[in-house]
This record gives sequence, structure tokens and C-alpha cells, in this order.
Amino acid sequence: MDWFKIGSAILIGAMIIFLLPRARQMVKHSPKAKQGDWQALLIPIGLVVLFVIFLIMSVR
Amino acid sequence: MAFNQPAVSRSAESVLATNKVLRNTYSLLSMTLLFSALMAAVSMYVETGPGTYLLSVGGAFLLIWLVLPRTANSSAGIGVVFAITGLLGFSLGPILTQYLALSNGAQLIMTALGGTGVIFLGLSGYALTTRRDFSFLGGMLFVGLLVILFAALGNIFFAIPALSLAISAAVILLFSGFILYDTSRIINGGETNYIMATVALYLDIFNIFIHLLNLLGALSGDD
Repeated sequence: MDWFKIGSAILIGAMIIFLLPRARQMVKHSPKAKQGDWQALLIPIGLVVLFVIFLIMSVR
Repeated sequence: MAFNQPAVSRSAESVLATNKVLRNTYSLLSMTLLFSALMAAVSMYVETGPGTYLLSVGGAFLLIWLVLPRTANSSAGIGVVFAITGLLGFSLGPILTQYLALSNGAQLIMTALGGTGVIFLGLSGYALTTRRDFSFLGGMLFVGLLVILFAALGNIFFAIPALSLAISAAVILLFSGFILYDTSRIINGGETNYIMATVALYLDIFNIFIHLLNLLGALSGDD
């Protein structure tokens, strides 16, 4: 195994250690979604998916 | 009507403050993106090795974790933002050089760059015009980020190409969600520090660009 892989693993491991308490806190304190919130999220995210598919088709 | 005056002026002040944070964030973001592009060009010109990516990203994250929280409320924070975005831009040098060696490399880079711009402007514009509160996404986005990091950690050792593509697709969707979340935090007063807001939006753009480029490079059919 080369040093690049070891370095990448250390960096990602450090990110996980740094993010873990923040993620735990966010899960506890995030407000619940209200009516219509999920629909408001899925429309733009669906458009992003379609746009990325379009970009992939354009470079093939 | 005089009875309502304090509430009205407080609300007006709040809108003005939000608009100021938004204006400062987008101004600083555009400057850091230009600086980042300049640093990427410098990195390509001096032909940095693949280790540059790791060292620059590691340095940038050390600044984000250790220095930025202490300087974000002072003018020194602006220098730290430029250092972070400069390092992240510099880290792109070896990756872009690799892509430019492909016959359609320039087209892939420009498509990824334009695609990232459209995704960012579209999602930011959507959050700004609807003024919807996306704070409910916070927990889910951070858990999603952890899942992706665990998958990326596993893929360093297993090196499965399909997993790499799945991770890139998931990162694009996740950071699209982060753009909505970060922009709505500025609009709804959850983020009042434009330095922190700039770094958050910059990281969204940076991650979408890198992973869109990876996805386009892998699926373009050019070896």
C-alpha cells in the first residue's frame, strides 16, 4: 500500500472524527419537516438528477 | 400605527441584516472562486505532483477546523478564507492536468465547471426566491456525509470503480442539498457570519465540481 492511500485514509478518518459529534448534535436539534417541505426539496433535487444525466449524455 | 413601529422597524432591520450577509457572502464567494481558479492555474503551471492534492486539502481542512472558528468574527477571517480556498484551488492542479491529458479533457473540465455553475445558481436562486426554510435537512445531510465518508474510506482499500461512481453521484446530490440548506440558513437568519457562509457555499461548489468531473470523466467513454 502506498503512502498516498495511507494519507487519504488518515484525512478521511480525521474528517469522520471531526464530523461525528456535529452530526449527532444536528440529528438531535434539527427541526421536523413541515407539510410541503419534502416536495419543495424533491423538485430541485430531481431537476439536478436530470441535469447531470443530460451532462453525461452530452460528453458521451 | 405608532404602537406597531418597534416591531416593524425590527423586522426591517432583520431583512436589511440578512440582505447584507447575502451580499457580502456572494461578493466574497465570487472573489474566492476567482482566486481559487488562479491557484489551480499556478498549480498546473508548476506541474505539482499527486501528493499536492492530499497536502493542500489536509492543510485547508486544518485551517477550517482549527483557525477559522477563532478568526471568523474578525477581519483576519477574510485572509483565512482566501488561504483555505487558495489551498483547495491549488489542490486541483494535478487533477486538472490529468484530465487535460485526455483527448476530450478540456471539454470535460468546461462541462463540469459550467454544470457546477448551473447547479449552484439554480439551487441558490430557488432557495432565495421561495425563501423556504430547509433547516429540517441538517441532520439528514450530516448523516449522509458521514455515510459517504465511510464508503470513501472503504473504497481507498477496495478500489471498486462502481462504488467510486456511486460515491460521486451521492456527493453531487448531497452537496446540492447542502446548497439549499446553507442558502436558507442565510435567508432565515441561521447564519449571520458571511465568512462562515462563504466557506460553506465554497465547499458545496468545490465538492460538486470535483465529483461531477469524476462522473463525466468515467462515463465519457474516453480512456
